[in-house]
Amino acid sequence: MPYERGMNEEVLPVMRSKSGGWLHYLANPARFMRVAVPALPWLTVVSVLLCAVGIVWGYQFAPADWEQGDAARIMYVHVPAAWVAMAGYAALAVCSLFSIVWRHPLADIAAEEIGPVGAGFTAVCLVSGSLWGKPMWGAYWVWDARLTSVLILFFLYLGHVALIRAFDNKAHAYRAAAILALAGAVNLPIIVFSVQWWNTLHQGNTISLSGGSKIYVTMLYPLLISTLGFYLAFITMVVARVAAAINERKLAAALLAAALHAAEEERT
Amino acid sequence: MNPWPFINGSYGITLLFLLGAGWLTLARYRRARRRLAQAMQR
Repeated sequence: MPYERGMNEEVLPVMRSKSGGWLHYLANPARFMRVAVPALPWLTVVSVLLCAVGIVWGYQFAPADWEQGDAARIMYVHVPAAWVAMAGYAALAVCSLFSIVWRHPLADIAAEEIGPVGAGFTAVCLVSGSLWGKPMWGAYWVWDARLTSVLILFFLYLGHVALIRAFDNKAHAYRAAAILALAGAVNLPIIVFSVQWWNTLHQGNTISLSGGSKIYVTMLYPLLISTLGFYLAFITMVVARVAAAINERKLAAALLAAALHAAEEERT
Repeated sequence: MNPWPFINGSYGITLLFLLGAGWLTLARYRRARRRLAQAMQR
């Protein structure tokens, strides 16, 4: 890396681990474009296939739940949307941290582009959850801890999107939005543990990474495929939006350079 | 209560979002590439 030229070889690994040198390497827009542009068609195809298989399997072929009946089919779109909404916000918070600590322009762009996509997945989670609530609880909405904390997540996403657009100075906008995103990250553990900390109407965790999942494989497989598809769809959309944003900035810089050149020629 | 209108609504809104957001993203990505290529040619 250019800034490491002439540095002591023994100090470099320590410096990299302390200062996030590998992040500097990865957060280069040109390197990002070299990896992202060829990967995008593949990401698109795989995410479309996985989403299609997961959605069709869940809607048509997965068994009905012994207690909830066919209404449990909503799980195959609601749960993946909820997981992606939370993971998206975690990614937004990480990008905001990189932005504040290391001032990476790519982290700012990524945070800006994650916001609307994450808000979309959160809206899908809220609407599908609401439509699941009516036949199960008899109400579209209850001020339950899980539902309320996810609604706050949705507002945090909207606030982040609005804050970036509220400033004329982009650097100030990114800084304010990054602080909001980091402060809002406290909501993530609240969402996850809300069903344990409070006595909620929303059901508890069904799937556990440490084993002991309370779901049979005939329902688990379509759920996992749908989840993988939603995650890849989110990644694909964000990568494509970041690539588009980089191209838009390149275009703006090229147009500005051309205008300055024309003005210079006119003067001479 | 018949759950199918709610199931169809959930899947409908999800598909609408995935297809709509995917389409808008693709359109923006292609537009940005095309405009940059045009600017570089000039």
